[in-house]
Amino acid sequence: MWPVCTCLVVVPVRVPRAVDLAMVRRGVTSDRLIGASRAMTSASSVGAVTARRLHVDKPLHTVAGGVLPAFDLVYETYGTPNAARSNAVLVCHALNASHHVAGFYAEEPRNVGWWDNMIGPGKPLDTDRFFVVCMNNPGSCFGSTGPASIDPESGRPWGSSFPLMTVADWVEAQSRLADALGIDAFAAVMGGSLGAMQAMQWAIARPERVKSAVLVAGTAKLTAQNIAFNEVARRAIVTDPDFHGGDYYAHGVKPKRGLRLARMIGHITYLSDDAMMEKFGRASRSEQFSYHFDVDFEVESYLRYQSDKFAEYFDANTYLLITRALDYFDPARLHGGDLSAAFAAAKARFLVASFTSDWRFSPERSREVVKALIDNRLDVSYAEIDAPHGHDAFLLDDVRYHEVVRAFFETVAREQGIDGRDRAPFDLPGTPLTPGAAAGFAA
Amino acid sequence: MSGGGLGPRIGRADFDAIADWVRPGATVLDLGCGDGTLLRHLRETRSVRGYGIEIEDDKVIACVKNGVNVIQGDLDRGLAGFDSGSFDAVILSLTLQAVRQTEDIVLEMLRVGREGIVTFPNFGYWRHRLQVLAGRMPVSGELPYSWYDTPNVHLCTIQDFDDFCADHSIRVLERLVFCAGRRVDVLPNLRGSLAVYRFERTAA
Repeated sequence: MWPVCTCLVVVPVRVPRAVDLAMVRRGVTSDRLIGASRAMTSASSVGAVTARRLHVDKPLHTVAGGVLPAFDLVYETYGTPNAARSNAVLVCHALNASHHVAGFYAEEPRNVGWWDNMIGPGKPLDTDRFFVVCMNNPGSCFGSTGPASIDPESGRPWGSSFPLMTVADWVEAQSRLADALGIDAFAAVMGGSLGAMQAMQWAIARPERVKSAVLVAGTAKLTAQNIAFNEVARRAIVTDPDFHGGDYYAHGVKPKRGLRLARMIGHITYLSDDAMMEKFGRASRSEQFSYHFDVDFEVESYLRYQSDKFAEYFDANTYLLITRALDYFDPARLHGGDLSAAFAAAKARFLVASFTSDWRFSPERSREVVKALIDNRLDVSYAEIDAPHGHDAFLLDDVRYHEVVRAFFETVAREQGIDGRDRAPFDLPGTPLTPGAAAGFAA
Repeated sequence: MSGGGLGPRIGRADFDAIADWVRPGATVLDLGCGDGTLLRHLRETRSVRGYGIEIEDDKVIACVKNGVNVIQGDLDRGLAGFDSGSFDAVILSLTLQAVRQTEDIVLEMLRVGREGIVTFPNFGYWRHRLQVLAGRMPVSGELPYSWYDTPNVHLCTIQDFDDFCADHSIRVLERLVFCAGRRVDVLPNLRGSLAVYRFERTAA
């Protein structure tokens, strides 16, 4: 639900408890801890990767009644498909992440994918066995068609007229990519936060195409508190004088003030009280209070820095659209509020994981999903990880969390006969993106 | 509490007894399922649709690795997430003695399951009695812990559990007692080290 650029900085990375605190006290950086934990499992990076752009001509008719007549999908893949293409795993991204999940770009070695600690050779989702696919969802701002793209009919950016996307529409778009890749069924669909919603939707709406699903820090519906946070974020954006009803592109401006506030409030909710206290405490920039309203505390400085950065590369319309998609997701709604009935068609084997300190999508929300799956006698395992970092824990290194995901994929591989020996690479559809083209939104 | 922590040290006589009692294709909930060995056994021998509950991270991981459904949770918080009568059988294998809310969990078993199955180390086993007579807390294959590091907080004898069932309107359907993997029919509370019960709630 938030980009990796911040999560690697904010919170100490989780390693076995015995060493954790001691290393943090000695000031060992997150990056070094990541390195240490990787070395233990002899896992490595998928290396340099290239994003591709697929043009889809068949219109996408959205749940809300809108139409995308034609659209681009930007995606990356890691690992090698088998002959039947039955070893494919779809990774779904959350609010402000992209298709760049693992590896790095040759031209930008520091631009590492947002779930690189999870995906790669020897990592929990092992690219020596699985063929991993991740796509930037339409409506986002990292290369796939979104509000900042040109509407072919008007010749101007879509802006406010871009069709509102729901999770179901993203699953439809993802299934178009699966068709183009010749993937009949995914060995697994995996996601955290909003990504978990997409994995749920796949299991519900495309049961024949999903053998297993990994739902991390997810929920089957937002609580009133969650919708309230999203509403604050959206009001911050739409009341920014630079918003221009969503058609700010024509004015050569971006509603950066609103976007910054939206990002700040989101960011706070992704962290636990303890994680923020541990990272920042009440540390201030100088010995003396300045007795004004500018930055005094480190946490203020941090939020400003992160939100400034975010407002540079993220599109405000995308923020509105994706938070709305989060609000609307509620598969039980079509079944009179009965989540068990919503999962009646599902067939997949599930892994559900939550984090004890996640107050945005709390363990209770995951337990509701687990209950619905058990009610349907589906195969499901549930791990409730005792992690201090809040919602963001899903992006961080935590040995217990990563080991349970690793164990799940081992079972998936065993049961589906995926051994990594059957390798049948093929020419991927679409065109490779030139360096930097998919790196971010350009206003 | 600890989940099924004694499992590996015990023969599989209790597993076979449980497998005999569970009808093929039944739905089973195994409380304190450890690494999922019993559920896997029941799936392979009786095609049961099973779920385990386990609190310890490493055992949850072991279950997932075993392809056994496991729900991470604390039995001492009850079975609130499970509907009444939603399982054919609820099993508590070598975990009864390690649960804090013993009374609650047994009643919860019979709320969620149509039948309950419990196995526990018999504190009345003669070797245990001898050790107590000799002035020490028993340590044995069934009770491998020292008094200071044991997860077992509610040890009982076969006689105690019979009394418990009588006091709580629980009807014992079957009881098997084992020692070193062999059935014990004569003087079970003295000669048996492991008890296996199948029971149901008496209609009120």
